[in-house]
Amino acid sequence: MSFSDFGNDLYTGKRSIPVIPKRRTFYLVSLVLMAIAIAGLGINKLNLGLEFSGGSEFRVTSTSVPDDYESMAREALGAADDSQGVRVSKLGTGTVRVQTERLGEAESAEVRAELAETFSVPQDRVSATFIGPSWGESVTNQALRALVLFLVLVAAVLAIYFRNWKMAAAALIALAHDLVITVGIYSFSKFEVSPATMIGFLTVLGYSIYDTVVVFDKVRENTTEAFGNGRMSFAQAANLAVNQTLVRSINTTVIGVLPILAVLVVGALFLGPGTLLDLALVLFIGIAVGAYSSIFLATPLLVSMRSKDESVLELDKRAARSQAAKAKKQAVAATASGGVPAEGPGAGADRAVDSDEAATGRPAVSVPMATEESSATITGRQVHKYAQSGPRNQPKRPPKSRRK
Amino acid sequence: MAQMSHAKFARRALAAMTVLTLALMGLLFGANQFSNGSYAPKLGLDLEGGTQLILEPRVAGGRTVAPEQVTEARDIIVQRVDAGGFSGAEVTTQGGRNIVVSMPGDPTQRDEDALRRSSQMQFRPVLAIAAGTPAPAPSASPSGSPAPSGSATPSPAPSASAPAASPVPSTTNKSAIPGAFTTEPSPSAPSGSPSPSASPSPSPSASGSGAAASDPYSLDQITPELTEQFTLLDCSKDDALENLVDDENKAIVTCDQDGAAKYILGPVVVSGDKISDAVAGYQVGPQGQQTATVEIQLSLNGEGTEQYADVSRKMVALQAPQNQLAATLDSRVIVAPSFNEAIPNGKASITGGFGITEARDLAQQLKFGALPISFDLQTREQISPTLGSEQLRYGLYAGIVGLLLVVLYSLAQYRVLGFVTIASIVAAGLLTYLAITILGWSHNYRLDMAGVTGLIVAIGFTADSFIVYFERIRDELREGRSLESAVATGWDRAKRTILIADGVNFLAAIVLFFLASSSVRGFAFTLGLTTLLDILIVFAFTHPLVTLLARRKFFRDGHPMSGLDPDKLGAVKKTSYAGRGRFTTTPPRVAGGEGSAS
Repeated sequence: MSFSDFGNDLYTGKRSIPVIPKRRTFYLVSLVLMAIAIAGLGINKLNLGLEFSGGSEFRVTSTSVPDDYESMAREALGAADDSQGVRVSKLGTGTVRVQTERLGEAESAEVRAELAETFSVPQDRVSATFIGPSWGESVTNQALRALVLFLVLVAAVLAIYFRNWKMAAAALIALAHDLVITVGIYSFSKFEVSPATMIGFLTVLGYSIYDTVVVFDKVRENTTEAFGNGRMSFAQAANLAVNQTLVRSINTTVIGVLPILAVLVVGALFLGPGTLLDLALVLFIGIAVGAYSSIFLATPLLVSMRSKDESVLELDKRAARSQAAKAKKQAVAATASGGVPAEGPGAGADRAVDSDEAATGRPAVSVPMATEESSATITGRQVHKYAQSGPRNQPKRPPKSRRK
Repeated sequence: MAQMSHAKFARRALAAMTVLTLALMGLLFGANQFSNGSYAPKLGLDLEGGTQLILEPRVAGGRTVAPEQVTEARDIIVQRVDAGGFSGAEVTTQGGRNIVVSMPGDPTQRDEDALRRSSQMQFRPVLAIAAGTPAPAPSASPSGSPAPSGSATPSPAPSASAPAASPVPSTTNKSAIPGAFTTEPSPSAPSGSPSPSASPSPSPSASGSGAAASDPYSLDQITPELTEQFTLLDCSKDDALENLVDDENKAIVTCDQDGAAKYILGPVVVSGDKISDAVAGYQVGPQGQQTATVEIQLSLNGEGTEQYADVSRKMVALQAPQNQLAATLDSRVIVAPSFNEAIPNGKASITGGFGITEARDLAQQLKFGALPISFDLQTREQISPTLGSEQLRYGLYAGIVGLLLVVLYSLAQYRVLGFVTIASIVAAGLLTYLAITILGWSHNYRLDMAGVTGLIVAIGFTADSFIVYFERIRDELREGRSLESAVATGWDRAKRTILIADGVNFLAAIVLFFLASSSVRGFAFTLGLTTLLDILIVFAFTHPLVTLLARRKFFRDGHPMSGLDPDKLGAVKKTSYAGRGRFTTTPPRVAGGEGSAS
């Protein structure tokens, strides 16, 4: 099966998506997306629902409320206002409550007349008042305070868990990226922001952090190993980690998105605009963007942030040395065994299967090496290929880089 | 040996899981049989509808209601609604004056009262005390015949007192009485007689015009008007305090809660907004044993602590009854203890005539602060769902379709192992259903639209744990491990990832639940619940199941359909010495031969 082959190749490093080497491209993509989203927010203010800004309320009192009061009321209002953000409910047995965004004096009178006509009651049976927001500023403030505290705590927990504050910082930047883009798309689509949408944003936030943490856990594992044996540079280890979790990321995203996609399709086909569709849309975008950022933004950011760290620089040097030595050895082995070095040095590095080379990661990036040099001594004398692997019938010492 | 204990452990975990599920089922069944539980989860306001209460401010003394007061009251009511466990209530202002509370379900009278009571707690120094009904033969009574009841027992005798001049028939506390607001025999009423009457106030040398004397403990606070009101006040009447204007900078005349005593109290020395926490419980006796006395323990904030210490220091030196500090709730005295010593730590304890449930309600209200105004219930109506019913129906259809897609996808990806995913999701779904219905019964937890969507997203979270786990097993197989060893090692690594990722989510849930209000809290609850269930399922269901399955021939030998076929996974071929002169060239490799490099 091709997908599983793909996964295998990604795992072993045979095939590698150059996420880290190409990170500047991904930064650019993210920056452009965020710029568009912020510009969108600047141009179209978020269309806040009446739960946030308050609105007008009409009550129609009649002796009996017909069963399809909801569509009737919506139709009546359709003339005065587009029906988005209108909430219709029934109070008791004889009252229909219609809530809309805040209407002016004239509009309000118009709506009253329309409602009275639709429900065939005299106009004085339709009352109009203003209502305040149910999701007031205090709710927003409280939620924001909780959010800030949460982010601080998450940063602390991640910094402690990964023993590196830069990982926490990268995760939070990826999170901000996801939120900005999701909110930006909302402002472009001009969908009404309801409390349910807010909940959707929060879900996206949770998902984004979750996804990033899963990827980072693998990055941590691979880089710790690299720090231990010095065979891979930090960037290589991170790149391998991203590639190794890619199949998991794809599977998770697909499984997470499938139910939402179903809701989205059903909502769009049968329901039209409403809470369900809004929520499904925000989650769909958010999860997709969250998956993207955990792979293509968070890890590259981490690599960029750590690229100047002393330990990372040192590791890079060690890794370069180790890889050069290994490539040399393989080239020697290839020539020594009489094999034609047709596969090239890169392929040799990919599928190197030697007795003690069982560690998880193999360098994904082949190291250029000078074949001529390897078969020559310092004095420039050509060495016969049988002699290249050292004295025969002697126990081989492991290369210096692998000695404990 | 190690594998044996793995298997044993796995069987135990599965057994524990079954027991837990059965116990929850039993609980649900019991709740339905013997209590008012239901097999369907309770739904929120937007899906099921509920009750709408319109609260109208009760303003005494012709005061007007400022919009800020209404907004403030709204915020406090939101907190009270949340604390009362009515999840998903919606509280708005209407016309800048009324407050509309829409809540799912059917609130009881007690719930309603808890919402609209002002719960203004204040501490005022006591200046004078007398029995609850007016002393006979005051000198100047405006009209009516004074009742001759001098006893402290609250008698329903038609005694005339201060508001007797108003033509409004006697009204109950519950109904709105706009008429009563207009006639206000406030301290500025034209009684004018400065002569002190038969009151227990010792020094009537008050300068009547200088409204608030500087020292709140001084008897100078007692103006002749106050004295007269005090004399006429009949605490046995329900509407005795109907016209009380509670100004914190002035002395007031009031009754205690059961009308047995009346007080003249000085201006507020510590106000209720200084209360930082309130806990109700049984008082602990001197030997540390619980007594039957219900008390509310108040903790004051920094400023309040200072004020309270200051007050107690001053009062210790004063004589009875002036060494008493009255705690008033909505202007009525709950308790007026005297100080024996100064209290510097900002802890006040209030004991009074309340039962434990009442005390708990009160403590809740005190914690969130007082409403700036009291409210009367104007209307109470049933309200239909705010979201159309079709939203839920189509949402559920879509959820089912989505689940089917998830099933197909995981079967395609993981073959037979996909059934483990499906079984786990089914188990998670069953537990979620049980948890939600049981919590609905016990804690009035309700599922609203956002909650339903949260549950749909939770499918993703739950599935992810399995995916992380399975992918780890595959990784280990690719390394050339045998299946059993791959499961054990893969689990060790996947466990950490699952725990930290879920831990972060759980942290989000906890922070949001305790700090945010209204629907954000509902979301936080759903998130926390699903995260916990996710961990439970992975640890006590999926992993044990996979451990047991890994011992089956079908999986162990890597059947092509098992999803764990080493050949398909491109496992590293190893030649290793298998003992007795045999070599193996396929995956089965000595377990633990290579520890993780990290």
